[in-house]
Amino acid sequence: MHFVVCLKQVPDTSEVRIDPVTNTLMRQGVPSIINPYDAHALEEAIRLKEKVGGKVTIVSMGPPQALEALKKGMSFGADRAILLSDRAFGGSDSLATAYILSNAIGKIHEEDPIDLVFAGKEAIDGDTAQTGPGIAQRLGFPQITYSIKVREITETTITVERKTEGGRQVVEAQLPALLTVEKELNDLGYASLPNMMNAAKYEPEIWSAQSLTFDATQMGLKGSPTSVVRIFAPPVRSGGEKIDGTKDPSGTANALVETLFKENIISDRPLAKGGKI
Amino acid sequence: VKTAPVAGGDVWSGVWVIVEYLNGNVSGVSWELLGEGRKLADALGCELAAVVTGYQVEHVISEAFAYGAEKVYIADNSVLKDYRTEPYADAIVKLVRKYQPEIILCGATSMGRDVFPAVATQMQTGLTADCTVLEIDPETKLLKMTRPAFGGNIMATIQCRTHRPQMSTVRPRVMAMPERVEGREGTIVREELALNDADYRTKVVEFISATAKSAFLDKAEIIVAVGLGVGSQKNMAVVEELADAIGGTIAGTRGAVESGWISHDQQVGQTGVTVRPKVYIALGISGAIQHLVGMQTSDYIIAVNNDPDAAIFNVANYGIVGDLLQVVPALTAEFKKRLQNGAAK
Ligand SMILES: Cc1cc2nc3c(=O)[nH]c(=O)nc-3n(C[C@H](O)[C@H](O)[C@H](O)COP(=O)(O)OP(=O)(O)OC[C@H]3O[C@@H](n4cnc5c(N)ncnc54)[C@H](O)[C@@H]3O)c2cc1C
Ligand SMILES: Cc1cc2nc3c(=O)[nH]c(=O)nc-3n(C[C@H](O)[C@H](O)[C@H](O)COP(=O)(O)OP(=O)(O)OC[C@H]3O[C@@H](n4cnc5c(N)ncnc54)[C@H](O)[C@@H]3O)c2cc1C
Repeated sequence: MHFVVCLKQVPDTSEVRIDPVTNTLMRQGVPSIINPYDAHALEEAIRLKEKVGGKVTIVSMGPPQALEALKKGMSFGADRAILLSDRAFGGSDSLATAYILSNAIGKIHEEDPIDLVFAGKEAIDGDTAQTGPGIAQRLGFPQITYSIKVREITETTITVERKTEGGRQVVEAQLPALLTVEKELNDLGYASLPNMMNAAKYEPEIWSAQSLTFDATQMGLKGSPTSVVRIFAPPVRSGGEKIDGTKDPSGTANALVETLFKENIISDRPLAKGGKI
Repeated sequence: VKTAPVAGGDVWSGVWVIVEYLNGNVSGVSWELLGEGRKLADALGCELAAVVTGYQVEHVISEAFAYGAEKVYIADNSVLKDYRTEPYADAIVKLVRKYQPEIILCGATSMGRDVFPAVATQMQTGLTADCTVLEIDPETKLLKMTRPAFGGNIMATIQCRTHRPQMSTVRPRVMAMPERVEGREGTIVREELALNDADYRTKVVEFISATAKSAFLDKAEIIVAVGLGVGSQKNMAVVEELADAIGGTIAGTRGAVESGWISHDQQVGQTGVTVRPKVYIALGISGAIQHLVGMQTSDYIIAVNNDPDAAIFNVANYGIVGDLLQVVPALTAEFKKRLQNGAAK
């Protein structure tokens, strides 16, 4: 079977901040990583390959720097890596990003039919969770989002447990299909030495806009219906009273409880536990 | 407007909320969005409609009116019995093409974040994810959609200027619940959609309900949340006693999940649940941004932490600097006293 995994290189968002003066993102020196959900997507593709045989192709759209993410992906056991890189792709929103990725995946599919496409639940930078479903729509593949367990895969179908607010929905989809994945899907494995050595030698393919049949009006800023008009630091909720509770815990507790009842934040009636609203 | 030409021409008007009806319940976020949609519709001087899709969902109509919809579009069809992307996207796209709303909103849930990107792709329009603020620009009349990105480290305001409809998903419990007014009425538009099961390539095999704890965390009125400061599994007993005394539901940070003191379903934050209880009691929680994004819209936040500089104090209405192992039992005792005097059984 042929598995394709969409890997996005992202900044480690726990280290990204807004410059309070210029209101721009401070990305300098922030390390780049494979989007954590995509690492689980790749892990699942490799496990399925080991189980049913086949190959894993990884695809990333981004600047040349994203080659690092693809090389890393190869070290986990992928068989082929393709970087989609072109100035014309810059500034794409999720609609345009899905257009570009689906175009490339469509081309791969023509040469070497695909059974299953994987994407992460969301990227930790843009956070939209829209690219995976966008790709599925464009390719005309059924999608299963929020996948937490692959129950079964056959020649023609896949059965997956997906996470929803009320519980797990178990969905069977015809192949080819697209899954977006949660971290619970699996535990990450390690890169084996032979795979690491292969990856060190491997040169990912680089596809520009010219290598594909693209409609230029559908990519980059021009092809993006949404535009970011302003970015700013999140509003800070201002802190209220701060009381020293080290000397007299009971007195402090009493003062707080008094306040809660006086201001009617908690009332004397019994309160509902979760669910009973 | 570049969206694919439609029969009615280029007139897009009205604010729509897609009502999420899953496993016999309407998600609260749908009603929250009717409240928010009301404000947008008033600012635009247009109609507010609810879109109800599903099977045997007639009874949802009066609810939608009670929460402020003026019109309800209803597509009741056995193909829509279980939520599946393809038929739901089809149903919504058919309605959108026919009636051309200017704005459509849906909860940023496992349904909304699944179906809306599919709808946006078919409509070739923009979609803004996980919005926390929606407003109409008084001059351009465009929808300004504000959302967190980069794990909550930044906020971005986004517009969709030339494509219609303008679409966004909104996280549950970020917008306030509107008042429910029994007996309100409005226009009902019933749509017979020609949906054919054979066209769809997925089927729902089964549904496994989650434990009550996790399913209802986002509905709890009082949350007692734990962080690494709790120190050990043994100390959880102290916390549970407080929760029991005040009828609180236990939740916590990723640190607490990783320590095995609570389950993943109970994690609050960027990669967990967003909550908006009346009272959020944060015990031994530092206040990392990834945690704050999931709880900072709580009505009243109480924090207990032994580090006076902990970031959690910046969002707390009431902060107690101290060892939680001393403060929590004292709190439990005080609450017990008060609640026994009151109406509690
Ligand atoms: C502050 C900010 C806010 C934004 N808000 C919006 C918005 O509301 N709506 C919108 O349409 N766009 C938005 N964008 C643009 C959006 O981030 C980009 O379009 C991005 O290319 C794709 O979206 P994402 O990062 O949200 O990825 P997601 O859709 O969250 O990614 C899901 C999965 O898709 C795959 N994937 C995504 N991108 C790539 C890639 N480049 N290469 C390989 N695989 C990939 C990965 O498997 C990933 O796990 C925003 C950008 C910024 C900076
Ligand atoms: C991509 C990403 C996603 C994430 N998603 C989430 C998420 O969804 N939810 C989440 O919570 N985190 C998330 N995190 C993790 C987050 O960054 C923090 O690491 C985490 O929230 C910290 O948990 P904590 O407050 O329990 O622990 P710590 O940061 O270790 O804080 C413990 C606190 O307890 C205090 N303390 C210690 N002893 C006592 C005592 N005896 N009495 C009183 N106070 C005491 C300390 O002063 C300290 O402030 C995410 C991180 C990343 C990178």
